[in-house]
Amino acid sequence: MSTNRSNDSNLTVLDVRDLKTYYTTARGPVKAVDGISFQVKSGEAIGLAGESGCGKTTTALTIMRILPNNGEIVSGEMLLGNKDLTKLKEKQMRQIRWKKISIVFQGAMNALNPLFKVGDQIVEAIVTNERNVSKKSAYERAGKMLELVGIQPSRGRNYPHEFSGGMRQRALIAMALACNPDLLIADEPGTALDVIVQAQVLKLMSELKSKLNLSMVLITHDLSIIAELCEKTAIMYAGKIVEQGDVISIFKEPMHPYTQGLSRAFPSLKEARRRMMSIHGSPPDLLEPPSGCRFHPRCSKVMPICKQKEPKTTKAGKGRNQYVACHLYGGS
Amino acid sequence: MTENAVIEAVHLTKHFQLSKGFTESLFSRRKSLVRAVDDISFEIREKEVFGLAGESGSGKTTTGRLVLRLEEPTRGKLTFKGRDLAKIKAKELKPLRRKMQIVFQDPYESLNPRMTVDDILAEPLTVQRLDHSKAEMNEKIRKMLEAVEITPPDEFLLRYPHELSGGQRQRVAVARAFILDPEFIVADEPVSMLDVSIRAEILNLMLDLVEKFNVSFLYITHDIALARHMCDRMAVMYLGKIVEMGPTEKIVYEPLHPYTNALIDAVPTPDPTAKRTKGVLQGEIPSPINPPSGCRFHTRCPVVMDICHKEEPAIVEIEGEHFVACHRHK
Repeated sequence: MSTNRSNDSNLTVLDVRDLKTYYTTARGPVKAVDGISFQVKSGEAIGLAGESGCGKTTTALTIMRILPNNGEIVSGEMLLGNKDLTKLKEKQMRQIRWKKISIVFQGAMNALNPLFKVGDQIVEAIVTNERNVSKKSAYERAGKMLELVGIQPSRGRNYPHEFSGGMRQRALIAMALACNPDLLIADEPGTALDVIVQAQVLKLMSELKSKLNLSMVLITHDLSIIAELCEKTAIMYAGKIVEQGDVISIFKEPMHPYTQGLSRAFPSLKEARRRMMSIHGSPPDLLEPPSGCRFHPRCSKVMPICKQKEPKTTKAGKGRNQYVACHLYGGS
Repeated sequence: MTENAVIEAVHLTKHFQLSKGFTESLFSRRKSLVRAVDDISFEIREKEVFGLAGESGSGKTTTGRLVLRLEEPTRGKLTFKGRDLAKIKAKELKPLRRKMQIVFQDPYESLNPRMTVDDILAEPLTVQRLDHSKAEMNEKIRKMLEAVEITPPDEFLLRYPHELSGGQRQRVAVARAFILDPEFIVADEPVSMLDVSIRAEILNLMLDLVEKFNVSFLYITHDIALARHMCDRMAVMYLGKIVEMGPTEKIVYEPLHPYTNALIDAVPTPDPTAKRTKGVLQGEIPSPINPPSGCRFHTRCPVVMDICHKEEPAIVEIEGEHFVACHRHK
């Protein structure tokens, strides 16, 4: 596959600045994404991690501009090259989707249409997005895409139910890459898959990433998936990024109590059997988020100031680009 | 058989018959069978947590359903506290069901969306006709909710499943399994649909309840690290067969079967310096309709030998209760 992407790893592909996305509900606005900023450089993968309801999927939908009707971008910028995606009209946005940014949705089992052959679905994606492609060359490309993800091109004639879970996930990745995008958003890749199949899918994604110099935004609740694929990570809690930086420093020495909790939630085979730690309680209701630091009701190191004042994001820890929003590290 | 076995399975087998199309039934007399569970033997002891690990399609869920007699075995013997489960008549099953309960994988589907938490927990008590007065029943439900840390109970009794978080739903499912004071519980991937951050809480809760209620527990999972966290002994299944079985620490630290090794290598860790995808097993689990000849793992085995294609390895005891079925270990 030919690629005209630049190999300059300093080139910023996507620059998200102070993005806010709210949902209007009968009970008031839900601040699903509340002022997050991150960058994705060329050929780099960033992992957005957090529990259900922290706003990570909303972030993905916002970047693609496919929010449900009650969702609205309130403020902020999303720069793709020199274009601000928040300001584009729907017609212009159609030139971006699939060709510049594409998305692999959660739940490989349900994201394919059961009534159409897998190959036809990939062809449909190509033909709809690229006007001047003939049916024949679209089929050829669909076959090549399947081959790229390790599926025999002839299997394109099968229906989704004839594929295993791992193969469906691969087919979805093939479809997302069919129009040669620069940035791939993957929402929970690998969840709902067995450990071995999951490892295979992650291996494929990391190979594609280096082969195509692909940039990725990976959305997951599972830190191990981020450890496998990403160079950078941003930990989200209740619509905000609480810690951000390169994976090695953050996973080696997480600073925010929430990140610490998340990374302790894994049973390790290398260590002696111990009681697994978990973060007590559940994520807050985003209709009425807690005052001050939103994590304070669940935090084991809570201080009086945490309840009153929202912590600022500051440089902390040993990582070169590690930033934390916590009063423990002078975020006041 | 050891004396304190609660569940004992000997040569347990379950084959499902595939339905054939009309034309196919005219031309072929051969029956297609799905060999979901194929001649496995194990026991689950009193107050023990026993694990079954393996990929989708390895037969672990069918095994779980067999020991609860939610499926009838094709062959083999299955006893619950010395009673032959196959010989128990349908009528006599109900009192037995009280002693054997299950926690399903998906709390989004296993709880009736039209029932409140109160209804969900009252139903098993009513079905079993335990003759509780209304007050006793309420007391029991309240206590059970407290035991699974859904507190204060009064705030949750009248809620419907959609008003609960995933973790809370699974706690209710756990409460429903424990409310009848069972002696044996099967948990089929109870945390695979939950966020990693709340998995630990649910697993710890189940371990606490196992101890508190003195039950024997069968834990089914595809993640060997979770199995290790939960289980005293475990068996690794592949394509309907047990390939390795033994004390958990032996399986994890001295695995003998190459498939066990592959499962261990695939364990997710939040450590960017330890990539688990390097030596990941190729391919997918073959179809249980026509399982490979000889050792069923030979198509994917990294250390396959000639004999593996032809001869099926028997399961043998290597040392103190550590069993393996592999031609490399005899």
